[in-house]
Amino acid sequence: MSENLLEVKNLKEYFPINTGFLRTTPLKAVDDVSFTIGRGETLGLVGESGCGKSTVGRTILHLYKPTAGQVIFDGKLVGPDTIKEYRRRAQIVFQDPYSSLNPRLTVADIVGEPLDVNKLYKSKKERSERILELLGTVGISSEQMTRYAHEFSGGQRQRIGIARALASRPEFIVCDEPVSALDVSIQAQVINMFEDLQRQFGLSYLFIAHDLSVVKHISNRIAVMYLGHIVEIAEANELYHHAVHPYTISLLSAVPVPDPERARASQRIVLEGDVPSPLHMPSGCPFRTRCSRATDKCAESCPQLAEVAPGHMAACHNL
Amino acid sequence: MAMLEVRDLHTSFFTPAGEVKAVNGVSFNLDSGKVLGIVGESGSGKSVTAYSVLQILTHPGRIVSGSIKFNGQELVDAGESVMRTIRGNKISIIFQDPMTSLNPVYTIGNQLTEAILLHTDRNKEQAKQRAVEMLELVGINEPEKRLRQYPYELSGGMRQRVMIAMALACEPDILIADEPTTALDVTIQAQILELMQDLQKKLGMAIIMITHDLGVIASLCDEVIVMYAGSVCERGTADAIFYHPAHEYTKGLMRSIPSIDDDERERLVPITGTPIDLLNMPAGCPFAPRCDNAMKVCLTGRAKEVRVGRDHLSACWMNVKEGSERGVIRTDEEGQITAIDLEGNMDVTAEGGSAQ
Repeated sequence: MSENLLEVKNLKEYFPINTGFLRTTPLKAVDDVSFTIGRGETLGLVGESGCGKSTVGRTILHLYKPTAGQVIFDGKLVGPDTIKEYRRRAQIVFQDPYSSLNPRLTVADIVGEPLDVNKLYKSKKERSERILELLGTVGISSEQMTRYAHEFSGGQRQRIGIARALASRPEFIVCDEPVSALDVSIQAQVINMFEDLQRQFGLSYLFIAHDLSVVKHISNRIAVMYLGHIVEIAEANELYHHAVHPYTISLLSAVPVPDPERARASQRIVLEGDVPSPLHMPSGCPFRTRCSRATDKCAESCPQLAEVAPGHMAACHNL
Repeated sequence: MAMLEVRDLHTSFFTPAGEVKAVNGVSFNLDSGKVLGIVGESGSGKSVTAYSVLQILTHPGRIVSGSIKFNGQELVDAGESVMRTIRGNKISIIFQDPMTSLNPVYTIGNQLTEAILLHTDRNKEQAKQRAVEMLELVGINEPEKRLRQYPYELSGGMRQRVMIAMALACEPDILIADEPTTALDVTIQAQILELMQDLQKKLGMAIIMITHDLGVIASLCDEVIVMYAGSVCERGTADAIFYHPAHEYTKGLMRSIPSIDDDERERLVPITGTPIDLLNMPAGCPFAPRCDNAMKVCLTGRAKEVRVGRDHLSACWMNVKEGSERGVIRTDEEGQITAIDLEGNMDVTAEGGSAQ
């Protein structure tokens, strides 16, 4: 048994985009990303929309076929021979609880689908018992199991999505913005549930979100992405207190704090401009067009992740 | 006299399933040059309150009763022709979703000049000039080029800037911002908030900031209204709301958000249950079914809004309970509660009441 449950090595995901007659340009959604996730660990993945964080989550699960790179799960390379077993042991919870549940299935059938696909029961009775158990785990009562998804509130739907992900007894779950569509008062319920389930079943999470307070709360380690690259990765508290990459620093300063006095005192580092289009990536460091510290060197070569403190890596030429 | 006075506003949606009381007796004042924050969950009536002010409610919604006075002029029964001189001219609005609130088949320039031509005496050439000025003001580069572009050619942050430019083109007295940054990334959100703060100082307009993000409220607002199920549960200065929350709902909201400074990873304290069904409102406090401290009285009657600090009002029975335990309730001759001095900063003589 290896120490890391999941190891991602030089993962690349390029989407071909039609840019003219018989011409395609690769959109480098994920470009050379490597990281590991330990057993029972939560790795937070943050970044702005379009930076490739959801693509990372989906490519790891082989929902998109990786252009290049390896995913090693529990010591075994994920490939055609191992994919079936891997799909059972690695699951996903989607962002939008409204579109990720089939409107024509009852809740019992939604949660039961992974059981059917993986043939995880011997009798009908065992199947329905397992469904009841799963719904009980996420706090949906047994009389609600014959209802359809539209009869539930956003928070409840997200719980159903979680029950479905748990059905095949996975060890690893990709949580793709699971709370960003929920109200503040409901968010806390779902976050607590993720934490409880992790303790109960020893789950590992890749927790993708753009809300930095939520990510910090739930993650052991955090990776920051920008335009398909991981620019900084560190233990959660270390990242918040000793961020070194200029993008991470400005990202952290941009979070509005719910404290009027500190909000008045704080100096936001406002980044100029927008994220460049991934179709027309800047040469060298992807962040240099918005970076205040950019030099000529940044335009020439793309910086690689290097250790700045134990367990703390950053990719910047000017450290 | 405040610039905008909303009194006991009731707005309902008459659906086939019954009357949905989206706004249920909301009152507030807005002075010129102030930033008022309205915070609440989805379905709390914060957007409907704003739409009622502008009377842009969609069918089957309408204002049932109440009064909205802008500079002393009553708007509720003023009629469409009057409202048309107000909307976009005196009071403008920015919507949440910059993707859907611009018309995809018209150029940016076309949409920007429309408001200017409608509300001012500028001719086409001057209107275009003004549009370029506005785009420069909101920090869009190459404004002349942008005028010829369509919304799909711009990024989310740029589109929201265009929306702001459009809303401010006629120099309104009040800008209503309905979740202006919810659809945007944090770094773009920071840009837009910074821009709104700058423009507010430069142009001196008042802003009604509607959001569910307490962080946005803290960094921008002078005064805050907390709404739940169509009613105001608490109001006061930002400092009072954040440092001395009095209503149980506000307290719950503050407890349930993870803090970015919390290194210990303390367990969050969620508000239990699900948001209220507006079709079946309880007789008592609408928050009582989810409140951990709900008492018998909470289920039968609504607490009146009472002053609990110098610039701070709250409508919660727990304040009455706490007040009587600490002996800081003030009453008038008839025994009605006039104030509860929970923060200990109220001047006895100024309030005119006496300690019980």
